[in-house]
Amino acid sequence: MEYEPVIGLEVHAHLKTKTKAFCGCPTEFGAQPNTQVCPVCVGMPGVLPVVNKAMVACAIKVGLALECTISATTKFDRKNYFYPDLPKGYQISQYDEPICRGGHITIRNRKIRIHRAHMEEDAGKLVHAGAAGLHGSDYSLVDYNRGGVPLLEIVSEPDIGSPEEARLYLTELRNILRYIDVCDGNLEEGSFRCDANVSIRPVGATKLGTRAEIKNLNSFRAVQRAIQYEIERQTTILDSGKEVVQETRLWNESDGKTHPMRSKEEAHDYRYFPEPDLVPLVIDRTWVTELSKEMPELPEVRRQRYMDNLKLSYDDAFVIVESKEMSDLFDQAVKLGASARDCSNWLIGPTLAYLREEKKEFADLALTPKNLYDLSRAVNDGAVSSTAAKQVLIELLAKKSEVATIIKDLGLAQVSDEGDLRKAVSAVLDANPSQVEEFRQGKTKVRQFFFGEIMKATKGKANPQIINKLLDELLVQAKV
Amino acid sequence: MTLLGKSISEIHKLLTSKETSATELAQAHLSYIEKSDHLTHAFLCLTKDLALKQATEIDKLISAKKELPPLAGIPLAVKDVLCVESYPATCGSKILEGFKPIYNATSVNLLFDAGAICVGKTNCDEFAMGSSNENSAYAKVTNPWNHNYVPGGSSGGSAASVAAGFATIALGTDTGGSVRQPASLCGVVGMKPTYGLVSRFGLIALASSLDHVGPFTRTVEDTIRTLAVMAKPDTHDSTSVPQKMRTANCDMVALLNDLPKITNLKNVKIGVIEELSGEGNEKSVQKALDLAIETLKTLGAKIDKVSLPKVKYALPVYYILNPAEASSNLARYDGVKYGARDKSAQDLLSMYLSTRQSFIGSEPKRRIMLGTYVLSSGYYDAYYKKAQRVRRLLTEEFNDIFKSYDLVICPTSPTTAFKFGDRTDDPLKMYMADVASIPADLAGLPAISIPCGFDENNMPIGLQFMAAPLADRKVLEAAYAFEKATDYTKFSPMLQKYESAKT
Ligand SMILES: [Zn+2]
Repeated sequence: MEYEPVIGLEVHAHLKTKTKAFCGCPTEFGAQPNTQVCPVCVGMPGVLPVVNKAMVACAIKVGLALECTISATTKFDRKNYFYPDLPKGYQISQYDEPICRGGHITIRNRKIRIHRAHMEEDAGKLVHAGAAGLHGSDYSLVDYNRGGVPLLEIVSEPDIGSPEEARLYLTELRNILRYIDVCDGNLEEGSFRCDANVSIRPVGATKLGTRAEIKNLNSFRAVQRAIQYEIERQTTILDSGKEVVQETRLWNESDGKTHPMRSKEEAHDYRYFPEPDLVPLVIDRTWVTELSKEMPELPEVRRQRYMDNLKLSYDDAFVIVESKEMSDLFDQAVKLGASARDCSNWLIGPTLAYLREEKKEFADLALTPKNLYDLSRAVNDGAVSSTAAKQVLIELLAKKSEVATIIKDLGLAQVSDEGDLRKAVSAVLDANPSQVEEFRQGKTKVRQFFFGEIMKATKGKANPQIINKLLDELLVQAKV
Repeated sequence: MTLLGKSISEIHKLLTSKETSATELAQAHLSYIEKSDHLTHAFLCLTKDLALKQATEIDKLISAKKELPPLAGIPLAVKDVLCVESYPATCGSKILEGFKPIYNATSVNLLFDAGAICVGKTNCDEFAMGSSNENSAYAKVTNPWNHNYVPGGSSGGSAASVAAGFATIALGTDTGGSVRQPASLCGVVGMKPTYGLVSRFGLIALASSLDHVGPFTRTVEDTIRTLAVMAKPDTHDSTSVPQKMRTANCDMVALLNDLPKITNLKNVKIGVIEELSGEGNEKSVQKALDLAIETLKTLGAKIDKVSLPKVKYALPVYYILNPAEASSNLARYDGVKYGARDKSAQDLLSMYLSTRQSFIGSEPKRRIMLGTYVLSSGYYDAYYKKAQRVRRLLTEEFNDIFKSYDLVICPTSPTTAFKFGDRTDDPLKMYMADVASIPADLAGLPAISIPCGFDENNMPIGLQFMAAPLADRKVLEAAYAFEKATDYTKFSPMLQKYESAKT
């Protein structure tokens, strides 16, 4: 039978606040274990949480960016369960009155609806000695630095139709969070985590199939692979006449499969109830309005602008917008007067290739908007050839410099002096009389040969337009 | 000259006139406790070093002729569920044995800043769960009036320490009557202010939406002096009443200035709660209530009977909400971070189970199970949610009454102190001890218990005044006028015995 997958994603995004969700501890990643803790975030007896307003502001911004309804009042709830990384024996979360409801993300003209987004605190981190997990380890250590870091859980509707679309959704969501500057979106550091709910149903059916929740997805590639695997697994089950079991499964990167989680570990009754240590939050509408005024141009709008105003293709616009840093630099260069097409080609081609080879981030580059503008003008003015321009670009990526300096240092200035070039063209024609003879007999293709020889002779610095003009003139003369 | 059993203003005079020093005062109290507390077990630990250090600071102020803060040199006892930096906070439980907080409770901090001198941490029912102090994992506090009787609970150690004269102020906590009921049984003043008036920061939670910090003192005036220092907004407690909501009706400093003017209760409308008077009370208690009503009338108050039908649901509602919150609040005692741990456990689950089995007492266990049950999926709506609804209805009923009445009154406890073991086999009977004090916790009302007589065994009886939320001033004014008009404010025989043995 033909099946179609139905996919929903739950994303946990660390909100970029200076301090934790309910105390004043810093949130920076990578500090020595248990150095960013206080009595509140390690759950000492008698202490109380206080809501970090910056967390709420971040959550509202996300809601605005995803076009959610921002609740007029919202409250926190306790999610009760025991685990050593959870110091209070409960997590402060939001259960039935999340801060954001509804909303959507558009990817390639398809709307993926957002179900809800709610605030909660992260747990600490366990380090196990002698085994990969708690079970079988000699002992485990707890680092509460991450405990209490604010999270926004963003839950999509099951609107995603393929593993590829899941990846696109995550890319776009992460992009949005980066654009509005509320999340680093760093999967390795765990600041952007994802679980996937996957089910399949016969094509055209309206009833949802039984779903599996997949956890332990540490990269976008893992998300795509795990969902693909899960679709195939469920297809095999249904084709053999069996039924899919509703369960939580863990993705294993090394064997490329999902495995059921111990049933005991998921048999939780979280006993949610309103957090009595916090009063319900009334979200001031004027605050929301203020925050909405601070919202930057979002990826979707920016992409459309590149297509409409700068005549970039969807794919080119997508690639540039995918990196906020790159896109911002591109915008600034174009604003200075650089050619959008040239800049887009330079960024998507040689720049991204350079980043891949050097394993660097865009932010590491020395390139400035002024560099791009100067380079674009140099090409336009004929000061440098487009071939040489790529060489200049590579230098600009690696170290802080000026376009003119690099052109001079590498001797890449284009020769446009007609007198000098006339000599070079004549020399090539004189040195190849047989080819001139061929041209004379009507083999016009030989013209390419001359062009190449002249470029070789001038080390690529000759202005091609002038060469062409001179060739026209001198070859005709030679004919006579 | 004796230095024991003094009121705040008496101590203030002794210090400013240099008749004694803060250090002498502290030492006198500490040695009295050391010599006599084997009779009462009111203290779990003495904070002698802290007391002497604090006293030295006050003495420095005196010798430098600096102005003394409002509670300079006042001996203070603190219930063991409130944090005092660097001293044990066990909550009367074995599971917190060895735990020393690195912070002061806000209430404690404010009293320290005002010059109070901490003599020790007082015994209580484990995690403040109990009405007789028999649930302490360490020792049973006895009633200073008669050591065969319970002091009430859960703040029994604090009530006893004021009744015995160990301290001028004792801090307690009141979740379901735990300040007022022991105050009543020990014959002292015990006040539970409006919910949120005193910060809960540093109060080791039993049930967060019901927990209140409240003082025990011998006189109403001393309660007002304590609250004038302690009832402040706190940014560390989100449920603390913000400054802009603190109107004149809960302004303790203003009340203190107005005290000399309070000589009668003319035009004060008082309702006697029908559901909590009459047959449900012991004869001696009912008689004391009737007498108190006459006194209030003499003072000029207008008295009617009022009916609050929802009050009869207070106890069942309380025993759903309290365990629900407690089950979650006590989850952090898991052996992972602090306090006791069963070190023989071989894996995580058995560490959790055996730690909690071995070190948590039977009443907390009962409430954890009850609470876990009422919050479970499938039961939440029927129990927790319904109880919250009834709590709201009860609150509305009170609000309606306070449209027509300034105050409502009833006995704080339907009985006087009972003997050890009388109720330990029957949790329901034990829970009944708080039937009259729980409604004010559920509705967050200000409520006070003050002495209003003695039974045939010379055990104290308490009268309770309640008012609308944030009308704390009303209960204190009425209690103050009643106290002036009567003669029930006495020390237990302990202090006299100690003083006469000394001479
Ligand atoms: Zn912290």
